[in-house]
Amino acid sequence: MADMFLSILIVSAIAAALAALLVVAQRYLANYGKCRIKINDSKTIEVEGGSPLLESLTQNKIFIPSACGGRGTCAYCKVKVLEGGGPVVPTEEPYLDAGERESGVRLSCQVKVRNDLRIEIPEELFSVREYICTCTRIRELTHDIREFRFELKEPAEITFVPGQYVQLFSPAYDDNEEVYRAYSIASDPAEKNIVDLVIRLVPGGICTTWCFEHLKEGAEARFNGPYGQFRLSDSDAPMIFVAGGSGMAPMKCMLHHMKNTGNKRKTTYFFGANLVNELFYRELMQEFEQSLGSFRFVPVVSRPGEGDPWDGETGLVTEALRRNIKDAAGCEGYLCGSPGMIDAAVKVLVELGVPENKIFYDKF
Amino acid sequence: MNTDGVLVQALVVAFSAAFTGNILLTNFLGMCPFLAVSRQVKTSMGLGWAVLFVMTGTCILNWVVYWHVLVPLHLEFLRFIMFIIMIAAFVQFVEMLLERYSPVLYQNLGIFLPLITVNCAILGAALFMVIREYTFVNTVAFGLGSGAGWMLAILAMAGIREKMKPDRIPQGLQGPGITLIIVGLMALAFMGFTGVLSGG
Repeated sequence: MADMFLSILIVSAIAAALAALLVVAQRYLANYGKCRIKINDSKTIEVEGGSPLLESLTQNKIFIPSACGGRGTCAYCKVKVLEGGGPVVPTEEPYLDAGERESGVRLSCQVKVRNDLRIEIPEELFSVREYICTCTRIRELTHDIREFRFELKEPAEITFVPGQYVQLFSPAYDDNEEVYRAYSIASDPAEKNIVDLVIRLVPGGICTTWCFEHLKEGAEARFNGPYGQFRLSDSDAPMIFVAGGSGMAPMKCMLHHMKNTGNKRKTTYFFGANLVNELFYRELMQEFEQSLGSFRFVPVVSRPGEGDPWDGETGLVTEALRRNIKDAAGCEGYLCGSPGMIDAAVKVLVELGVPENKIFYDKF
Repeated sequence: MNTDGVLVQALVVAFSAAFTGNILLTNFLGMCPFLAVSRQVKTSMGLGWAVLFVMTGTCILNWVVYWHVLVPLHLEFLRFIMFIIMIAAFVQFVEMLLERYSPVLYQNLGIFLPLITVNCAILGAALFMVIREYTFVNTVAFGLGSGAGWMLAILAMAGIREKMKPDRIPQGLQGPGITLIIVGLMALAFMGFTGVLSGG
């Protein structure tokens, strides 16, 4: 009995003594005071110095991806530290290439906040959130593509870069488990409390079946985002858009944005469909042709039926691309559609002279 | 025993800890940071020094705690928990100290300290020192030798991995797979030291 008490006493005493030592040390040695972290030159947060950057950001609800829990082994938590990060530490070295080092990329779990910092994180991480919304409108665009309009409730506004996508939550129904599926935002980015998604029914698809059969106007839904690097470049180079089916969504969003910002870049948009009645948003595209000036919409129908009057481009979208554009050197390519279409379009664009690093796409 | 005898014995202990009884290659302790950080010789060197330092420091501290606190009170069974607490506190304290007063040393060594706080090699060394009933001098030698042995192993591994970088490794074996195979071969090689010393 006495042994037991003695052991508890000794362990507690030593642990307490060490804890006291550490507390004192923490108070005097590791006290870096308040530090300010300026993010993307817009937002500034104030944190208690002495912790890793990753932790400080997480505490301020800025979520940097990290798989290893801050031990410096997964290299997911890269951010740009522009000022105040100190030299690259050896634990980071294996994960940074020369270009990244040059531009100040660091592993945020290995950078300690000891003074004021200026950092840059991808905008989308800054604003990734979960949104609760109401489905307010469902429009049939073609026999298997519908446009779903969501009005945001909480938070009430979303800011995103045109071309980005959100992950729509499909709750469990019948025998299907709950899933998240990615859909590009199609709506005008100026309308901050509205998100339109253009969704094609995939036979057997869990989320698309839910959208088409279970989601009704007036029902609550949720999604998180925005994510993705697909976006307009900052250059003035002429652009070639190639899309098919629901790949229309990010292009429509970008076109809205170009209209809003008075962007007059020369743009040719090839949109592929199987049948004439699978084309949609044609009036809207005509409006864009008028308001944007140097924008041209080229719908391509691969199998114009007997009865459907069609005098436009026929065949595959890549064939129309070849017929209409002889030299695309100096252009940029923006693609969205099925992997097969994208691979084919990349090949054609490269043949037409577009450098591979100037072709941007979202594969679904 | 005269001073010479003590020194010779300490040398033998250190040598055997580094080679014949290498903590990593014969006892397979401390594998986690070994696998994770052995990509570059430079980084491995930093981690190696950190292990060497912490191992020596904690062996000494734990020797004092064990023989002068736990044994007199007949509380030897508390050694596991005691050692872990001591190691954690020591590492934490040293890290803070380095970070504050020696940024250069901190850059090269300090950032590895958290990686080895909960390293089984460090605890293992402390427990070996107890089981083998080392004297104080031998404990210092054992800590140094074990740390040096661990450092030797990770440096060798990092050297091999750097050399291997351009080689094409079958996909299923890339990363930890091939590393573990190499560790096994290195362990076999270190078995060659067995019998060099009969003392230790």
